[in-house]
Amino acid sequence: MIDDTQMRDATCFVGVGTSRYGNFPETDSYGLGIEALKMALDDAGLTKDDIDGMIVCRIPSYERLSEMIGLKNQRYGLALQSSGRMSAVSVMMATVALMTGQAKCVALVYGNNGRSVRDYYGGAPGPWAPWGFTSPGARHALMARRHMELYGTTSEQLGHVGMTFRNHAALNPNAVMRKPFSIADHQASRYITEPLRLLDYCIINDGAVALIMTTADRAKDMKQKPAYVSAIARADTYEDSSFYTPPNDFWYDALQDISGRVYKGAGISQSDVDGLMIYDNFSPTVLFSLEGMGFCPRGEGGRFVSEGHLALGRRLPTNTNGGHLSESYMQGWALIAEAVRQVRGECGERQIKDCEIVQYICATPISSSIIIRR
Amino acid sequence: MSYTKPLPAIDNWNRPFWDATREQRLVAQACEPCGTVFFPPGPVCPHCLSAKLSWKQLSGRGTVESWVVFHQVYYKGFADEMPYNVAMIRLDEGARMLSNVVVPNDSLHADMRVEVVFAPATEELSIPKFRPLTPGEG
Repeated sequence: MIDDTQMRDATCFVGVGTSRYGNFPETDSYGLGIEALKMALDDAGLTKDDIDGMIVCRIPSYERLSEMIGLKNQRYGLALQSSGRMSAVSVMMATVALMTGQAKCVALVYGNNGRSVRDYYGGAPGPWAPWGFTSPGARHALMARRHMELYGTTSEQLGHVGMTFRNHAALNPNAVMRKPFSIADHQASRYITEPLRLLDYCIINDGAVALIMTTADRAKDMKQKPAYVSAIARADTYEDSSFYTPPNDFWYDALQDISGRVYKGAGISQSDVDGLMIYDNFSPTVLFSLEGMGFCPRGEGGRFVSEGHLALGRRLPTNTNGGHLSESYMQGWALIAEAVRQVRGECGERQIKDCEIVQYICATPISSSIIIRR
Repeated sequence: MSYTKPLPAIDNWNRPFWDATREQRLVAQACEPCGTVFFPPGPVCPHCLSAKLSWKQLSGRGTVESWVVFHQVYYKGFADEMPYNVAMIRLDEGARMLSNVVVPNDSLHADMRVEVVFAPATEELSIPKFRPLTPGEG
């Protein structure tokens, strides 16, 4: 039985690739995924023949992808469904495969062409359609309203999340949306599902991310300095999942459980974390993540973000690439890639100073966190 | 005039719920051994896994826990009611459901007491919605 501390720094990222982001009807998730994979292999100094494990996400067929790239030495493969909660789950599955000897070097490939095929998030048949309730944004709006009623959180406080990440995106040449906005701009943006406004919603774009992972001992002779997985944990909440989450929970219990495991696993505490990558499909999840992980007291996420702590140069630079709200909707994958680049010190204008440890946090029905360190 | 809003997808578990709406009754499954009342419907009690379930007539009263207001048209049938609300309602028997509260959107608030009303939809079913209770009504 392997415990959390034995996983510490046992596996690592040795290559990352991120495609262009935008609207690319001339290709698809396979084409974009392979574009990112080639970048990740080049980054790692490896070839496809070094890859014996393949995890794919949001790409329709894992078989077709392996066929397209002529993968010959595959011993491990897995396809995960196209929801954001699967990004850290994919890394966890790769870690397990590597630690149990099922694979020596795993490529993880995520591809998304939702923009060019006009994926529409809402309006499908569903259990609440007779009452007109639909869309991921509405589920987060329901949580946001409850948080406002319980704790006095305000729309202006939510605006600080998107405003801060947009300022970061302005420093990222690959970000889709780079024009800064103010709290007044946020307040002037139209409601989609009240209390959430357009600028509380993530963008939708085409793109892909690939990650190459191996064991720490194999990484010693490789081109890149490894970015270690110091700890990884998940916790699932399906109680009241027809409503997305129990009304007063905001995945707090799951995130607290994860918090107790990842910091012990990595042998660190919150004060050792140099930067955060927080799954931000909608702005309220950032508050839920900060509260659940213990960066601020329960219910005080709104106040905390409005004090500016998430900006570059402040205590907890968060989503330095711009996140889902501004850089790209890569469902957590681009945030993990950004964490690797931050601990390697490759982020140029948006580099966190002396960055050793970055934490990825995802607050969803599968909540998860990864501690990544150099 | 035909009904243009989405109709429920009837399955083996929720059929009795929708059948009851035809008679303007709000029902939910109640576990006979442990008494848990739950919604949406399912094959067993989520608390004790017993399959000994009965359909219980509810008081139809509950409390608003949260709500949203849709400003984006996702279903054409709602287009002439924009913006419309959907509230999370905790029924007095303990189960939760989402529904519309027949009230101006800006008067919604947490802990608002509400009672079921039935909006006609088809010959087979009606849609349970809620109206606010005045303080004297409980």
